[in-house]
Amino acid sequence: MADEVCFRTLHLASPWSLSAYESVGGYQVWRKLLKEKIKPEAIIDELKLSALRGRGGAGFPTGLKWSFMPRNAKGQKYIVCNSDEGEPGTFKDRDILRFNPHQLIEGMAIAGYVMGATVGFNYIRGEFFEPFERVEQALQEARTLGLIGKNILGTQVDFELHNVLGAGAYICGEETALMDSIEGKKGLPRFKPPFPANYGVYGRPTNINNTETFASVPVILQHGGKWFLELGKPNNGGCKIFSISGHVEKPGNYEVGLGIRFSELLSMAGGVQKGRRLKAVIPGGSSAPVLPAEIMMNLTMDYDALSKAGSMLGSGAVIVLDETTCMVKMLARIAHFYFEESCGQCSPCREGTGWMSRLLHRMEKGESKMGDIELLNSVADGIMGRTICALGDAAAMPVQSFLKHFKNEFEYHVTHKRCLIKDL
Amino acid sequence: MTVVLSHQAKLAIDAWLTKYPEDQRQSAVLFALKVVQEENGGWLTEDLMDMVAAYLKMPRIAVYEVATFYNMFELEPVGKHKICICTNISCMLKGSDEIVAHFKTKLGIDFGQTTEDGHFTLKEVECLAACGGAPAVQIGRTYYENLTPEKIDAILAELEGVK
Repeated sequence: MADEVCFRTLHLASPWSLSAYESVGGYQVWRKLLKEKIKPEAIIDELKLSALRGRGGAGFPTGLKWSFMPRNAKGQKYIVCNSDEGEPGTFKDRDILRFNPHQLIEGMAIAGYVMGATVGFNYIRGEFFEPFERVEQALQEARTLGLIGKNILGTQVDFELHNVLGAGAYICGEETALMDSIEGKKGLPRFKPPFPANYGVYGRPTNINNTETFASVPVILQHGGKWFLELGKPNNGGCKIFSISGHVEKPGNYEVGLGIRFSELLSMAGGVQKGRRLKAVIPGGSSAPVLPAEIMMNLTMDYDALSKAGSMLGSGAVIVLDETTCMVKMLARIAHFYFEESCGQCSPCREGTGWMSRLLHRMEKGESKMGDIELLNSVADGIMGRTICALGDAAAMPVQSFLKHFKNEFEYHVTHKRCLIKDL
Repeated sequence: MTVVLSHQAKLAIDAWLTKYPEDQRQSAVLFALKVVQEENGGWLTEDLMDMVAAYLKMPRIAVYEVATFYNMFELEPVGKHKICICTNISCMLKGSDEIVAHFKTKLGIDFGQTTEDGHFTLKEVECLAACGGAPAVQIGRTYYENLTPEKIDAILAELEGVK
């Protein structure tokens, strides 16, 4: 049960080609919808049944999100794909764009049909030159076949899709910042409400989903919502791509059913490198709270189990840390990242991320003062829940969780001015 | 000195503009800045930004805001090859410290500096979404993954014959 959804062409030669995609049933769903004029409500019901949840990090039920769009409202509506992959540890959308671009295109076209939107934007991070070229080429092929564009296959249905590029800003992965970026502005997250379904790109109703989410849709509709649901577990339907990085023998993307035991996933990635012991795991990208080995080894990998354990599945980026990892250095690097990427709009995040980064770097270098740990904790608490977007929380959660589970290492750095791991 | 948008740049920007509604020319600013930056050897001058502002009919300040917000834009001259090294967590766990040290020693420059011959600039960047191939760097449009000091030597030799 692997590589069945977004990676279903991966075993073929030139998996990104139109012929490879068509050989696994590609564009059949799109053709069928158009030909049989299947009711949008029926598609949304199927997605709800599938228990597909947003693959970008928030895990919001996709069928429900699609039902929020006012499909019959007059005027332009937009479908937007968030291919601004940038959560540290995450590298799955890059592979979907490179190896199965047609499936994303089909998923977005279906979304346009369901939600009454005739234009889509696929916002790809600026560094992804190669993936951009692949999707651009696939889009040209789809246009040539008449599957994208005006009056598709003579059905009077229009759907025009555009690949656009960012220019290097993590914050543009936040959905409303991404919309500002499409509009040619700095990527500053907007206040919500209004939500994108009412006020999105150019102030028009907009549906935005992650690359993996859109790319899952054609397969769900081909095999049915129930089939997809049963690939995973109740409320956590389907396969998910886990991007496994860090201290494992075989880092890489693994598309497996949600609910897989972490221990099994770790084995698939070759286990902990060099025969070392597992220390901890960041299970859902750098913003997800870290969990110690003993908790992880008893967990299943799905939204509900990780949330119950005090962390989150996030984007499915599993960062594995072995026993040689200094948690102070690790957290200092994470804190630096959020400091670099804070858009500066909200004071708690703009000031707090810099404060945390400086405190942690001096702790790592053994230059801390007594009371720095308490100060660090209070800065994190001061950011949590006090910002427009989730970047503030994303910066605070690692700090809180590292201090919760590995406080002794931080105390050692403060009191001994040295690294506990190096002294062991 | 008057700077003019090149014919090539205009063609590229005009083609890109077709993606957006006609009254939303500003949407193409990220792309336009990339085009003129590339034509200018990898960095933006105030004249170039003003030119883009005029062409897209947007306030100059709005272009400066964008150029200073997104980190792929350079406001100072850079080398022929901009080496963007990821030092974020997955790369760090796989030895990016060693990769950074090797680049710095080999080229004799620090982050944010350019070699005297103008060939290489070193830049520290955040996650490139290539964590499965960590440690990773981006040079120009290309990602280089699973780096080792030996691989770096080979890459530099191929790019500029650095020994």
